[in-house]
Amino acid sequence: MLMFVTKRILISIPVLIGITAILFVMLNVIPGDPVALMMREHASADVIARVRAQMHLDDPVLTRYLRFLAAALQGDLGHSIKLNRSVTQLIMTAFPNTLILAAAAAAVSWVIGIPAGILSAVRRDSLVDRFFMGFSLLGVSVPIFWSALLMQYIFALKLGWLPVSGFYGPEYVILPAIVLGWSSAGVIARLTRSSLLEVMHLDYIRTARAKGLREIGVISHHALKNALIPVVTIMAIQVAGLLSGAVITEAVFGIPGLGRLSVSAIQARDMPLLQGSVLFATALVILGNLVADILYSILDPRVRSHLGKATT
Amino acid sequence: MAVSADNVLRVRNLSTEFHGDRGNVRVLEDVSFEVGRGRIVGLVGESGSGKTVTALSLMGLVPTPPGKVSAELIDLDGIDLAKLDADGLRRIRGRDVTMVFQEPMTSLNPVRRVWEQVGEPLRVHRRLGWREIRGRVLNMFEMVGIPEPKARLDAFPYQLSGGLRQRAMIAMGLICEPKLLIADEPTTALDVTTQAQILRLMVDLRDRVGTSIIMITHDLGIIAEMCDTVNVMYAGQIVEQADVFELFDRPMHPYTRGLLASIPKATEKRTTRRLPSIPGIVPDLAKLPGGCRFRLRCEHAMPICQRREPGLIEPGEGHRVRCWLHETEEAVRQAETS
Amino acid sequence: MSQSTASIAEPVNLEDIRAASFLRDATTAFRRNRLAMVGLLFVILLALLAIFAPLVSPYNPYIVDLDQQLLPPSLHHWLGTDNFGRDVLTRIIYGARISLVVGIVPSFISLVIGTVMGILSGYVGGRTDFVVMRLADMMIAFPSLLLAMVVMYTLGANLFNIFIALALVGWAGVARVVRSQTLALKEKEFIEAARANGTTQSTVMAHHIFPNVVPTLIVLFSLSIPDAIMWESSLSFLGVGVQPPKSSWGLLVSAGEDYLFQAPMVAVAPGVAILLAVLAFNFVGDGLRDALDPSMKG
Repeated sequence: MLMFVTKRILISIPVLIGITAILFVMLNVIPGDPVALMMREHASADVIARVRAQMHLDDPVLTRYLRFLAAALQGDLGHSIKLNRSVTQLIMTAFPNTLILAAAAAAVSWVIGIPAGILSAVRRDSLVDRFFMGFSLLGVSVPIFWSALLMQYIFALKLGWLPVSGFYGPEYVILPAIVLGWSSAGVIARLTRSSLLEVMHLDYIRTARAKGLREIGVISHHALKNALIPVVTIMAIQVAGLLSGAVITEAVFGIPGLGRLSVSAIQARDMPLLQGSVLFATALVILGNLVADILYSILDPRVRSHLGKATT
Repeated sequence: MAVSADNVLRVRNLSTEFHGDRGNVRVLEDVSFEVGRGRIVGLVGESGSGKTVTALSLMGLVPTPPGKVSAELIDLDGIDLAKLDADGLRRIRGRDVTMVFQEPMTSLNPVRRVWEQVGEPLRVHRRLGWREIRGRVLNMFEMVGIPEPKARLDAFPYQLSGGLRQRAMIAMGLICEPKLLIADEPTTALDVTTQAQILRLMVDLRDRVGTSIIMITHDLGIIAEMCDTVNVMYAGQIVEQADVFELFDRPMHPYTRGLLASIPKATEKRTTRRLPSIPGIVPDLAKLPGGCRFRLRCEHAMPICQRREPGLIEPGEGHRVRCWLHETEEAVRQAETS
Repeated sequence: MSQSTASIAEPVNLEDIRAASFLRDATTAFRRNRLAMVGLLFVILLALLAIFAPLVSPYNPYIVDLDQQLLPPSLHHWLGTDNFGRDVLTRIIYGARISLVVGIVPSFISLVIGTVMGILSGYVGGRTDFVVMRLADMMIAFPSLLLAMVVMYTLGANLFNIFIALALVGWAGVARVVRSQTLALKEKEFIEAARANGTTQSTVMAHHIFPNVVPTLIVLFSLSIPDAIMWESSLSFLGVGVQPPKSSWGLLVSAGEDYLFQAPMVAVAPGVAILLAVLAFNFVGDGLRDALDPSMKG
């Protein structure tokens, strides 16, 4: 088991490094002077030259990359010229807010998605099924920024039940979590439903019925445990989707999280900040995938025995 | 079959139909048979003959929206299963009548431990605590011959071989001491050696515990070795019923004769002779040929066979057959003129 | 009653029959799918509106008329007006042009890239496969929106760069699917036969593997379009996508954000357009998938 986990971690590392390389190349090999772009307003020649020297911008790309990588491994993700703070510090301030939002959204999506999926599978093709599946379809088809604005309009501006924006207390999380969790809930509901339907056709379900279990017993003791395995793994992978969605949700609801940090980095042309925050976000995604793999192996005893067996 | 034998199961006119896109298809038509107490009764036929559906119909495992099971009588040691509702059947299932399935590899839940699954009928039907269940499962494991039973309790299905899994399934089927065990091709998915072991185990259990068994198979060899009485099924009907020795010595129905003739015999001197097989294929139950269902493949087909379906008659004591060949001249004439 | 008679028909040019009947079955299956047909109808309607926008729109989308600011929906302006007095419905119809183009073009580009990579990776195997798959893994690890944002930052925010950004985001998914199909096809006998004949690898890939992957590609393409529309509208909403004076639905929504309380229609209506377009393309894509390649489900 430990071997499995270690192997999984070892595989993730090259992917992470590859990503830093891609990111670095994209952001640092652009035509044009990044410093001049950053400091459009105060563009005095020797200030620019000084900053360039400070950032070692005239060194070859490989050297700069390695220097960046070395620093990153020690936790230093660069320095934001615009905000004059360490990128790592900025991220660490913003990240907990995104974490809270994402956790709340994930909770929303599980609490709604899994029961909806189970009910839909058990009452296949009924009104309940169609309703939930329609709801899920809307969830993945509605642009997040639109549902965010709509929610804001209805519940905050018109009804006044919840605050419009900001992040000063627990009630500020409710609307954003629902908005962000809705599309996730849709994915989870669909997956739960299809997984359960598939499992219900398998032989061991027939065995369970032959033993005289009630249908509820068949589902809860036999079907669910198997059916939920892919759902659990999806939940960990949803991290990527949640982060993307968080960007927009935070923008609309004014939540000072990682997403909004990235957006303001783009708008301010703050390259080190953008680089650092995107890198951090991607690392989170990779972590999520890792957790998914490990979870899957814990839940499915067949996988546990095959050390380091590649899933998918 | 002794007429006054004590029967643990009596089935009268069991019919099952399925409602599909092509209308209603009757996959079982008026199936009737008995299972004597402590006897092993064989149900033999090709795939599609209705053997498994019979078992599922008895157990109440036929999904009832598309399917419909009806019977005049299904008497399981005094209880009429035909009159029970779904919940009543559920209570009987796994406790008084149990089933062992064909595929040991997929019939067990892969994410739960073996002892939990084997002991589950005890939890459901007798509400025992898990400690006691574990003990009983251990006993069963020993009884069905699983080596190192204590270690195997906590195993997951994937850790057991096919033969062991089937033994576990048999343990599962016997743990509530049922009146009747239905084994649906329990050895088909196993290798020959394991097959022999499992069959021997089943006979042994019958001898020791007295469980009555319905043995469903397409393998006449198994029938010959294990069964006391045999029912031959074809296209959803029982076409011949007899004591096993009687069936092999004096097969009456052309289908049975064809089956027996197609068994390769080790004592055959002439190795150049082609293995006889029954010409034609099993009819599509949605488009039956009319009259006797076997007539298109039968070398003895007569005009009456096309006109009327033969009923189940008993030309010899305890030996029933569904064939115009064995009806009296008088009966045939009567059928022809009406 | 009917007798079962077995008669074997004369096998005349099986290939043609197989292809023709496959297409026919697929078309019939698709036509029977009501949701897919509704989706298709909507897509066609949308395309027509976009193409004939100047003819169909009730007003001019560019003329500013401050007297008509932020009017609620009425008979004159079915969806009201925005803060510049421009008719919202007209703006949406014109916005369809950009949104559709940005839905279709990057999907196509990512399809091309993904197909080439996928077939190469799957068929040639070995180191090529390893490299391409690692690359794909990395691309997939990036949260899509963030990746697109980074590309827009790097290249600058304009329409053409959106194509590149979205193509980059989408190719890896296509490559994976195509690769697994290629791997499955590789094992089939007709590939072995072709190889035994001495056909070169590139010919096998182009003439044997590729045609068999086409149904999957059609499905992938139609299912990529709604994703692309979503991403573009998100990018434009955030200000890093399409730039004014060009207008896409996402940009319209963000423009309406400030006036959400006074005139909600300005922001809400374009969002409905996005929703309907995404749903329509999804229905069509699902219908195509059910008709052409049910094995792709789930």
